[in-house]
Amino acid sequence: MAKLTIDDLKKIKEKAKRRTELREGGDYRAKVTVHMGTCGIAAGARKIMNAFMDELEQSKSSDILLTNSGCAGLCSREPMATVELSGQAPIKYIDLTEQKTKEIFQKHVIGGNVVKKYALGKGSEKTDA
Amino acid sequence: MEKANEKAYRLHLMVCAGTACVSNNSFGIKDALEKEINKQGLEDEVLVVTTGCNGFCERGPLLVVQPGNVFYQQLEEKDIPHLVEEHFLKGRPVKKLMYKPPKEKSPIPILSDINFFKKQVLIALRNRGLIDPEKIDEYIARDGYSALAKALTEMEPKQIINEVKDSGLRGRGGGGFPTGLKWEFVSKSSTNGQERYIVCNGDEGDPGAFMDRSILEADPHAVIEGMIIGAKAIGASKGFVYVRNEYPLAVSRLIKALEQARGYGLLGKDILGSGFDFDIKIVRGAGAFVCGEETALMASIEGRLGEPRPRPPYPAEKGLWDNPTCINNVETWANVPVIINRSADWYSNIGTKTSKGTKVFSLVGKINNTGLVEVPMGITLREIIEDIGGGIPDGKKFKAVQTGGPSGGCIPAKNIDLPIDYESLTEVGSMMGSGGMVVMDEDTCMVDVAKYFISFTQNESCGKCTPCREGTKAMYEILDRITKGEGKEEDIDLLEDLAKSIKDSALCGLGNTAPNPVLTTLKYFKDEYEIHIKEKKCPAHVCRELNTYTIDEKTCLDVGHGCDLCRKNCSANAISGETKTAHQVIQEKCIKCGVCYDVCRFDAVKVK
Repeated sequence: MAKLTIDDLKKIKEKAKRRTELREGGDYRAKVTVHMGTCGIAAGARKIMNAFMDELEQSKSSDILLTNSGCAGLCSREPMATVELSGQAPIKYIDLTEQKTKEIFQKHVIGGNVVKKYALGKGSEKTDA
Repeated sequence: MEKANEKAYRLHLMVCAGTACVSNNSFGIKDALEKEINKQGLEDEVLVVTTGCNGFCERGPLLVVQPGNVFYQQLEEKDIPHLVEEHFLKGRPVKKLMYKPPKEKSPIPILSDINFFKKQVLIALRNRGLIDPEKIDEYIARDGYSALAKALTEMEPKQIINEVKDSGLRGRGGGGFPTGLKWEFVSKSSTNGQERYIVCNGDEGDPGAFMDRSILEADPHAVIEGMIIGAKAIGASKGFVYVRNEYPLAVSRLIKALEQARGYGLLGKDILGSGFDFDIKIVRGAGAFVCGEETALMASIEGRLGEPRPRPPYPAEKGLWDNPTCINNVETWANVPVIINRSADWYSNIGTKTSKGTKVFSLVGKINNTGLVEVPMGITLREIIEDIGGGIPDGKKFKAVQTGGPSGGCIPAKNIDLPIDYESLTEVGSMMGSGGMVVMDEDTCMVDVAKYFISFTQNESCGKCTPCREGTKAMYEILDRITKGEGKEEDIDLLEDLAKSIKDSALCGLGNTAPNPVLTTLKYFKDEYEIHIKEKKCPAHVCRELNTYTIDEKTCLDVGHGCDLCRKNCSANAISGETKTAHQVIQEKCIKCGVCYDVCRFDAVKVK
């Protein structure tokens, strides 16, 4: 390892931070949830998760949270994912493929425009009694 | 750089690898997690990270899942396959592995919602649970070494000293001397062409205190960075970390951290291209308590017998090899980078009028949530014990808290609303010390506690000065007598006299403060001493030689049907009776070992 200058130190910080930032629990601009119940996994949700991860890595964004959750209840339309931009209603996407995933990531997560042709609808179920 | 550093993962599993969790098999948990993650094909999505002490040692081994801050506790290897499949593959957090507070029905999934963590303010422990202490890049990611860059390139030594002075930071090792002022003294001391030195005191020895170990294990770079900044401020080129050899994990993480810092040129010649040279050496202590005293510590570094010498001259003037030396404790050094980064103003806004910032306490004894907590100065004992500590186990009553280790004192329950800072603790007869906090409940005998601490200091006395060597021994003998029912009425006065003369005449801090546990228990719990002496009884039934064991014959027969367990276990043949008859204790034969009391399942054995 060569001796660091102050600029090197800053570069290491930026690089390492991109990886560890996820631990800080700050505010995220976008949250992507891949539904990974048994039904989702059987329908190929793992591929969808990987596709989102690839997109996320390529985008170098640090304000997008990618997570998974259980079955969304509509097992016949899996794989599914929910995209939620902060301050906006969550959008559920159904019958996903890797190709659709890329499009959704670019247009909706990055671009902010809902990809209507793949969307099931707006909103989530109410969780309060 | 290794590949893992480049890749993005969707989940980070932060496994606590502080000493407490490690001894509860956290490395086994880590291996099981990695194995199961590979089995499920999640190795490209989920990263397992080992961190330093999370603080909630009572509940180890611990795992925090990020993002989401989901807190799992008391994990066993057999839980792991289920956890990996449910949470990390299918996204369904596993409730049964979450923390459930005593007396509550539902678990609390999120770390920051748990009372133990809620009231804590992390400065010295800022990176706990968030970084792998063995990866310097992760320390750098959380602003690590940026304070050093600032101190080396944007600040004059005098500015650094003023910043630390203005912050109000005081020594966290016990004495509470203003850190900036100490640095100023050292920087002004004449060197006669010799060097100045920086020392980190990691000779943590108070029973029940483990914050320094934890900081060195969880965030060694924080201490190293603080030391380099201090070195720049006072003009030193060499530093020493004096750490106990009984802390193997702390030592190995420190060695690794020093190597990494050297590799990056953050130690050595021309640090960050600023022209400043500094390096650090580790000196391992053999575990003598007295070596935590600064003059004994320096003697030990020099290779001499670890014995204290009179002060003045203070180390700031004549320290290592008679050169000006700046000694601060681990926790103090860990605070320094934050002060430089966030300013003295920011730091001094936390805390009380005379005590700024935060203090790390190790909360142990009769308390539900044993662990390491960092709280702002001025917090009350009640908040620490009831809110953070979760109160006393088994519905017992809080009796006292012992702070400051063998040098401190016992604070009684009536002072539970005392706001904690250096001055308030001294006022009630105790001291901040290094931050050990031993909680005691109603089953604790205060005479026995005093005897324990005096026996500790007596064993650890280096023997150089008479008051400490002979005085603590004499005090121990009196206390031992009292707990055996041989106390005399004049003993209390004698103890007080001895305590005062030892305080005034001992050579170093160890002896000066050794009588504190006796003095405070005498002050707040004199009645207990008197009952021991006059009535030959121990109200808490701890001093067994003062106890009388009897068997309630009705309970023994009606409830226990004369189960005979006590008689079978009595090694002195001091119990009469047989199965299905009531039993009796033969007092003449009883050696008061208490085994009958412990084994009786029907509470038929009574102690008075």
